[in-house]
Amino acid sequence: MTLTAVQTLIVIGLVALSTILTRFLPFVLFSGKRKAGKYIRYLGRMLPYASIGLLVVYCLRNVRFDQPANIVPELVAVLSIVILHYRKENALLSMGVGTAIYMILVNFVF
Amino acid sequence: MSEQRSKALKAAFPHTIPVLAGFLFLGFAYGVLMKSKGYAAGWSILMSLFAFAGSAQYAAIIALTTVFHPLNAFALSLIVNARHIFYSISMLETYKDMGKIKPYLVFGLCDETFSIVSSAKPPQGVEAKPFYFFITFLNHCYWVIGTALGGLFGAVISLDFKGLDFVLTALFVTIFVGQWKVQSNRAPAAIGVLCAVACLLLFGENRFIIPAMLLMIGIITLFQKFPPLTKETVKGGEK
Repeated sequence: MTLTAVQTLIVIGLVALSTILTRFLPFVLFSGKRKAGKYIRYLGRMLPYASIGLLVVYCLRNVRFDQPANIVPELVAVLSIVILHYRKENALLSMGVGTAIYMILVNFVF
Repeated sequence: MSEQRSKALKAAFPHTIPVLAGFLFLGFAYGVLMKSKGYAAGWSILMSLFAFAGSAQYAAIIALTTVFHPLNAFALSLIVNARHIFYSISMLETYKDMGKIKPYLVFGLCDETFSIVSSAKPPQGVEAKPFYFFITFLNHCYWVIGTALGGLFGAVISLDFKGLDFVLTALFVTIFVGQWKVQSNRAPAAIGVLCAVACLLLFGENRFIIPAMLLMIGIITLFQKFPPLTKETVKGGEK
């Protein structure tokens, strides 16, 4: 433990505060009397899909093209999820198979 | 538990199964890592309970292991958490009438919870409030329990499931594909991916999120101004 107990509590409090600020801000700004205008409601319809796209890229941000071990497991697993989910549309099956493929590749192949 | 609530719990639980696996694993790893830096289980549990933000918590380990710089720690976690603003804007409508539990639902809007509540609808006969509550609450529990197990028993049990954290990537990819099937979702989904990839290449893995968010807002706003963004509307400006 590098910090003192009080310092640690302060850091924990600040990280919690950053979570609360970022998650509550839009609700504080656009609820109650100040209703969200047309533009914000439009953003609210578009952003869910854009955000999931961003999240997918965020999860895969560490892939590298320098050697197969740094990209093949991710590529194969993501492609199998896409194909499987497009055909069967069974979420748990797609995720289970994709994760299993990924784990087999990183543990036993690469 | 009332009948309505147990129905909601039964409907909510299957959606959280991938998060159960991912959070127990990543929470465990977080507890172990904190312990290895000299922070006993109590500290990591406190953090997971009140911060409930995986990447910000991992980033804060740096702040906990150097000289005390609270403002640096705060700025870093604000940057890491900035994407949550998008989730809340997305949930403004759905969470409009959630009453007393609304603050908790908003607090619990982490990546994984957002991905589920933004895509899953409560099935027929299940109330929205308890449905969204249980998704949020179960995910929160998995994260705290994982952290506690790692902090308390990390030295005794070693959880060597390399690659299990990929289940969360799988969750997001699955939701992405599910949404892609609906034609009208494709434009924003493609904007999300393309902006993120472009900014990742430009700014690198550690600082691409905020530029990507700004770029997305810009392009999505342009789409509103020029609705179909066909050749005619681009050439001729506004219709």
